[in-house]
Amino acid sequence: MTEKKSLKRFASIFLASSLIVGALAACSSSEEGTSTNSGSSTGGGENSEVIKIGGNLELSGAVASYGSSIKQGAELAIEEINAAGGIDGKQVEFVPVDNKSENSEATNAAIKLATQDKVTAMIAPATSGNVIATAQIANQYKIPTVTASGTAPNVTENADGTINDFVFRTCFIDPFQGIVAANFATNELGAKNVAIYADNSSDYAKGLAASFKQQIEENGGTVVAEEAYVAKDTDFKSTLTRLKSANPEFIFIPGYYEEVGLIVKQARELGIEAPLMGADGWDSPTLVELAGAEALNNTFITNHYSAQDPDETIQGFVTAFESKYSESPNAFHALGYDTVYFIKDAIERAGSTDGEAIQKALAETKDLSLITGTFSVDEKHNPVKSATVLEYVDGNQQFNSKVNP
Amino acid sequence: MKKSKAFWGFLVLALVIYAVVQGMISGGILDLYYQNILIQMCINIMLAVSLHIVIGVTGQFSIGHAGFMAVGAYISAIATMKLGLSLPVAIIMGAVISALAGLLVGIPSLRLKGDYLAIATLGFAEIIRIIFLNVDYVGGAAGMVVTNMTTWTYAFVGVVITILVIANFTNSRHGRGCISIREDEIASDAMGINTTYYKVVAFTIGSFFAGVAGAIYAHNFFIIQPTTFNFLKSFDILIYVVLGGLGSLSGATIAAIFLTIVSAYLANFPETRMIIYSLVLIIVMLYRPTGLMGTKEITSLFKFGKKGGSKV
Repeated sequence: MTEKKSLKRFASIFLASSLIVGALAACSSSEEGTSTNSGSSTGGGENSEVIKIGGNLELSGAVASYGSSIKQGAELAIEEINAAGGIDGKQVEFVPVDNKSENSEATNAAIKLATQDKVTAMIAPATSGNVIATAQIANQYKIPTVTASGTAPNVTENADGTINDFVFRTCFIDPFQGIVAANFATNELGAKNVAIYADNSSDYAKGLAASFKQQIEENGGTVVAEEAYVAKDTDFKSTLTRLKSANPEFIFIPGYYEEVGLIVKQARELGIEAPLMGADGWDSPTLVELAGAEALNNTFITNHYSAQDPDETIQGFVTAFESKYSESPNAFHALGYDTVYFIKDAIERAGSTDGEAIQKALAETKDLSLITGTFSVDEKHNPVKSATVLEYVDGNQQFNSKVNP
Repeated sequence: MKKSKAFWGFLVLALVIYAVVQGMISGGILDLYYQNILIQMCINIMLAVSLHIVIGVTGQFSIGHAGFMAVGAYISAIATMKLGLSLPVAIIMGAVISALAGLLVGIPSLRLKGDYLAIATLGFAEIIRIIFLNVDYVGGAAGMVVTNMTTWTYAFVGVVITILVIANFTNSRHGRGCISIREDEIASDAMGINTTYYKVVAFTIGSFFAGVAGAIYAHNFFIIQPTTFNFLKSFDILIYVVLGGLGSLSGATIAAIFLTIVSAYLANFPETRMIIYSLVLIIVMLYRPTGLMGTKEITSLFKFGKKGGSKV
């Protein structure tokens, strides 16, 4: 009796422990596999046959759609580069790693790419917080890191004013969109008296509102009303009535599409006819569903690029993308694609795969022409590039104009 | 006598593990990647063991553990980044304030039972998260940038202290009081045990060590954001405890180690990562419905092993 029981217990312990040991063994053996691989092929990094570009991206978790889009764009770019003979005759290998949309996993992924896969350069995560979680690793291992869509200013610039040497970005920063919107309101629409209705619970929206206000005052306009809402609000009518009584010629509404959709709908219901404008946070098909196509007429957004842009290279990219993935590329696809070309350009100019040489080349980038605009990198590692203004016409985004900084 | 033997045995074992790992780090065998996984493993063990004392020992179903972790993380980050204190002081500050938060929440909410308590703790964790989200002093939604100060030594010492305190607590008079609440609250109440007192004590100790884990977490991953400490994080911790076996300290530890390794290994397969991870959980729960260890401790297996041969 006891004999039998003990046997059973032994069996279960054995099973449980073998599961753990098995996982451990699998883990270590595969790690060894990759490290010996990279040891023999990349070695010192100088005379390697392939150039490895890591992708530390949100492939699962809360913002998986951003990371996956960037990955698709990057893969298309790498395919094209390899078909055209690679970078300096070397083929490019893409090493994507999932960071689950979590800070800690982003740090882990960056360390893994730096120490295990020994990548030449990294594409940093899509969201600003996750990029910051990888910045120190990039600096420590001297691996140039480029984020496709981390727009917060403190990604490249620390609080004490120092620059994260090895961190760059392909997108413009948040405040820039506010400036573009202000210039658009003054110059294109001729608006003098404007109102701001911002999401008070997001730093993104607050940053945009502040830079918009500053620029509009510089342009000689006046902010006649300033109101705020909080994410997840659903009834905006009382605030909108107040806004209406101030009689603005233009309303700037920085925020995300979920609330903005309802705001636009309720504003039109209350008879506010003034043009409304937002930024890339509006860019989602859900916006049209929430607001309705008609209410969205006479609204504008700033964005990174537009698939309707008549520019030839953009149309070439759109066609190539559609034939590979059979869907129309969004801004994240384009930014992911551009990030790879941004890195490629720097490696070519550096003439080596040494991290510091590439870092220097990235910082010196000038007038590089890519899908999301022609840009030069400023001293804060931010690209100086144009933004695209889109107009909603019957529920569809239409290319309106390109605004240069 | 017997108990002190286990105590010293554990200390010796911990020292040996520490010496071996430290030797491997100094010898360059373990690079930063493995060190980081080890630190993460230590953080997860601390979280699992500190929740074990609430759920496993006292039988109170709390799903707001990430909230206490957040308190520890933010308070310690404020201590080092804004007040310029050293890391050990910051860890203690984070842990103490987290324990106070545990006390504050525990006193009213531990009078609730079962599902009601679960909802109350969940609500509390969300409140903490929203507070940090709206305080500009700690960076709001964008988060707070923290310098990396954690080393493997901090994390390991944290684990050893956590396990020692909680194991000794469980074996003490207070611990037996808690276990009696888990087994039958009405009966233990009838036997003259002050159930609310013991529940609050266990809850406070649990939040103290969750605060330690949070402090070490904050100083290892460069940035803390309120979204990190959402209820999904609480569920991650809950999974360690349930997978390891409710009521088994060693089970919670083993599950935390096991799942950290699985998660790190699966980062290589982004497309199928969550599928495999979930499959592992389902398979373990199907074949070991009471968790990896059930309510047994690893020490009882060793005692058994002596009789049946030195296989284990």
